[in-house]
Amino acid sequence: MTSQVDQSEAVDGSDGDEGGSGPGGGRSGPAVPVGPQHRGAKPIRRLDRVIIRFAGDSGDGMQLTGDRFTSETASFGNDLSTLPNFPAEIRAPAGTLPGVSSFQLHFADHDILTPGDAPNVLVAMNPAALKANLPDLPRGASIIVNTDEFTKRALAKVGYGADPLGDGSLEGYHLHKVPLTTLTLEALKESGLARKDAERAKNMFALGLLSWMYHRPTHGTEAFLRTKFAKKPQIAEANISAFRAGWNFGETTETFAVSYEVPPAKLPPGRYRNISGNLALSYGLIAASRRSGLPLYLGSYPITPASDILHELSRHKNFGVRTFQAEDEIAGIGAALGAAFGGALGVTTTSGPGVALKSETIGLAVSLELPLLVVDIQRGGPSTGLPTKTEQADLLQAMFGRNGEAPVPIVAPATPAECFDAALEAARIAVTYRTPVFLLSDGYLANGSEPWRIPEVDELPAIEPDFATGPNREDGAFWPYLRDPQTLARPWAVPGTPGLEHRIGGIEKQDGTGNISYDPANHDFMVRTRQAKVDGIEVPDLEVDDPSGEARVLVLGWGSTYGPITAAVRRVRADGGEVAQTHLRNLNPFPANLGTVLRSYDKVIVPEMNLGQLALLLRAKYLVDAQSYNQVRGLPFKAAQLADVLWAAIGNLDEEDNR
Amino acid sequence: MSEQFPSLKLVPKAEAPQSAKEFKTDQEVRWCPGCGDYAILAAVQAFMPELGIRRENTVFVSGIGCSSRFPYYMNTYGVHSIHGRAPAIATGLASSRRDLSVWVVTGDGDALSIGGNHLIHALRRNVNLKILLFNNRIYGLTKGQYSPTSEIGKITKSTPMGSLDAPFNPLSLAIGAEATFVARTIDSDRQHLQSVLRAAAEHEGTALVEIYQNCNIFNDGAFEVLKEPGTRDEALIRLEHGRPIRFGTDLARGVFRGADGELTVGEVTADNESAVLVHDAHAAGPATAFALSRIADADTLHHTPIGVLRQVRRPVYDELMADQLDTAVADRGEGDLAALLAGGDTWSVD
Repeated sequence: MTSQVDQSEAVDGSDGDEGGSGPGGGRSGPAVPVGPQHRGAKPIRRLDRVIIRFAGDSGDGMQLTGDRFTSETASFGNDLSTLPNFPAEIRAPAGTLPGVSSFQLHFADHDILTPGDAPNVLVAMNPAALKANLPDLPRGASIIVNTDEFTKRALAKVGYGADPLGDGSLEGYHLHKVPLTTLTLEALKESGLARKDAERAKNMFALGLLSWMYHRPTHGTEAFLRTKFAKKPQIAEANISAFRAGWNFGETTETFAVSYEVPPAKLPPGRYRNISGNLALSYGLIAASRRSGLPLYLGSYPITPASDILHELSRHKNFGVRTFQAEDEIAGIGAALGAAFGGALGVTTTSGPGVALKSETIGLAVSLELPLLVVDIQRGGPSTGLPTKTEQADLLQAMFGRNGEAPVPIVAPATPAECFDAALEAARIAVTYRTPVFLLSDGYLANGSEPWRIPEVDELPAIEPDFATGPNREDGAFWPYLRDPQTLARPWAVPGTPGLEHRIGGIEKQDGTGNISYDPANHDFMVRTRQAKVDGIEVPDLEVDDPSGEARVLVLGWGSTYGPITAAVRRVRADGGEVAQTHLRNLNPFPANLGTVLRSYDKVIVPEMNLGQLALLLRAKYLVDAQSYNQVRGLPFKAAQLADVLWAAIGNLDEEDNR
Repeated sequence: MSEQFPSLKLVPKAEAPQSAKEFKTDQEVRWCPGCGDYAILAAVQAFMPELGIRRENTVFVSGIGCSSRFPYYMNTYGVHSIHGRAPAIATGLASSRRDLSVWVVTGDGDALSIGGNHLIHALRRNVNLKILLFNNRIYGLTKGQYSPTSEIGKITKSTPMGSLDAPFNPLSLAIGAEATFVARTIDSDRQHLQSVLRAAAEHEGTALVEIYQNCNIFNDGAFEVLKEPGTRDEALIRLEHGRPIRFGTDLARGVFRGADGELTVGEVTADNESAVLVHDAHAAGPATAFALSRIADADTLHHTPIGVLRQVRRPVYDELMADQLDTAVADRGEGDLAALLAGGDTWSVD
């Protein structure tokens, strides 16, 4: 089989984020039929990548449909990246624009970094889904619509005066009109299900159709449906029938002339699974518990988009994991801190509003100098903000959001799979330095997913709790604040250890003894020592990607902007631009070489999904003219958008040179 | 020794008898001279050896307020935390370390105002905690504002024209919050205080002990009627499980259940002696305990019951939590990290 898509460019030069024309993407233009390859009577086209968006009403099961297509795609071996996007309401008013829920999936035969800027294919289950998503669709993209839902009333509800399927407004797109509801009902007429129940399987019909179009394996979905509806076999069979009917519809009808194939990606060798950020984070916490020998104790209060971690950890009690759903955010962290005093790996999981409530307890943990993980899955703010949308505007809250001088280390993963490593890193810092640590993820990382090379357990770093076991003074006394001279960490003496009975609290304490002290010089010393401890945490040096060594512009990001920034950098380089890239994973303390890196470039661009919080820190600490590029739309950056920003920065430098 | 204390069955026992002195720290006690907290501290220090458990397996957790300095003076493990949060912190500790005896020391502001939410949820969960609520009906550490147990119309710095809000009745609140052990005692009555501590320590689950405590600076004499030899016999009802509820000089008065089911206080005569209510702390329903918790005259504190109002058995949260872990291991085996990470749909790249 030969591909007419220029693989080398796709791999080296492009993240493929531009929407190509036709139902597949590829920078090289429309997909080209592959001569002799046919399945049945229909030709097969080979593509290097595709971006599909499933969109429908909140009750249409679009997230499930997207999840299943993703699982099929992962098991096929493509690289992939996903972007679920859904309203905060569980069931927003049916058929309205605010009620639209979508799931975007980008999959490719090569390494990709983002869920894609613009879909090649839109599956629209109703007029609202079409209207809400059409602006993102480039001309030439394919649209599959459920014509059954395009009734006068439904059209009027979202402000369509005329039926867009018939008024010519969709010329320029490949429009596939499919009566999904009718076909599903037809396929299930023998099932004995009431019409309303049968209709609900239409998302599986759509999944079956798309699975045929893109040659996805199907056994996984069938097995999934049998398990999911194990107690309702009739529903399971109906969904499977609808799924198969969708597949057969593609195979046999004239509506779809070709199908497409995206070969597996060439990822580094290893065993892979698809994983979302919240799942990876949960596994990272369990791994940290195992690698440290500390029992995991999660104190948490439900909050979007962090609750999935509470759910996941609650399923793994056979790992000795205790999960405590507290009465509020404050009790969640309080219980975690109490457990940490008792020698557990204490963790609390939340989002920005929850962090605000936990602030006083985080300050107590700073003062008690006990290990504690504070996991903040950031969402749009302020206040309740955009609960289901992403943002990275809690950086300064994590950095400074407490009374007094209360420094807390901050770790931020860059991709969904990296949430696993970030959990281990946060636990390492917390346990080694006896300090609360912030882990800043966000809604995009939490719910997005990508392939993850499954690590060997032995490869994972070991974490040494190094509990105090005996007196640390020559006279046989135990001083709870007698520090390790290297790390400045204090001893962690847990109840049950004889001879080490001690009292700690939030009142300032005397250096060494830990006794209450209001002495001015001692307070000054303790404040500086707590700061010095955090400043002295060993974190890896920053690595800069600057292949030619000629770049004068550096783009620096943190957190989930890694994907779109890297995709943008690839684009710029593919078009001959020089740009260096680096990404911060430790935000407090910063890597030791950060200042040197920043000063090595003429221009530093800092894209953030906030109004410039990291840039503020960089400017304050290093006196560099870091320039912000900001967006707070609740959605990740697009690669094309950031590429423009980088080109503008390069262009400006050139202009300045010519002046 | 600790066989007497089923709630401490997993706590290691002391190898040798202990003395009150061993539970004292070298820290200077910094309450105001004459504060009721001194008497409570001495009573607790003298009581602890009775538990027969290792000192290092005992933890005192407190919030903020005068009473919350308590842990600094107990030679055990201790945490002086933040305002109102001690029950939450203690819940994390007690539910993860069943080999510890965990005590919470709190006050009326700490437990019932800023920390009210944590208190009621700890009580309903029935975590193995012993909560000592020092109630002086005033904010002491912040220098004399009214508290959630202050009487209506209380003149304080923040309420020069009198406070407006109706007070909480801590025991009614606790019973309403599904508490399994509710008791009241008085700072100055060491023997009674220790008897209540003993009952609380024996109880499996959360025990709430309200201790009437005098703040001689900002609310002096708040409980004087219950302490003064001339008035206390008439004012105090000493509850004992299984005994008729009688009080007063020559036990001339008693508690009766009226035709409408309400509890009333009246003179005991030869005719009605058999009708005096017999105290049943273990009654399944909370109604009588609730009624008893409110039988005192709010203005005069006359006929205030002390002792154990309610003690019932209910599964203990930390035990249930541990059971679920054991069940998970029994059903699915000890967690296998490699298998967990490699679970779900996987594929190989060569």
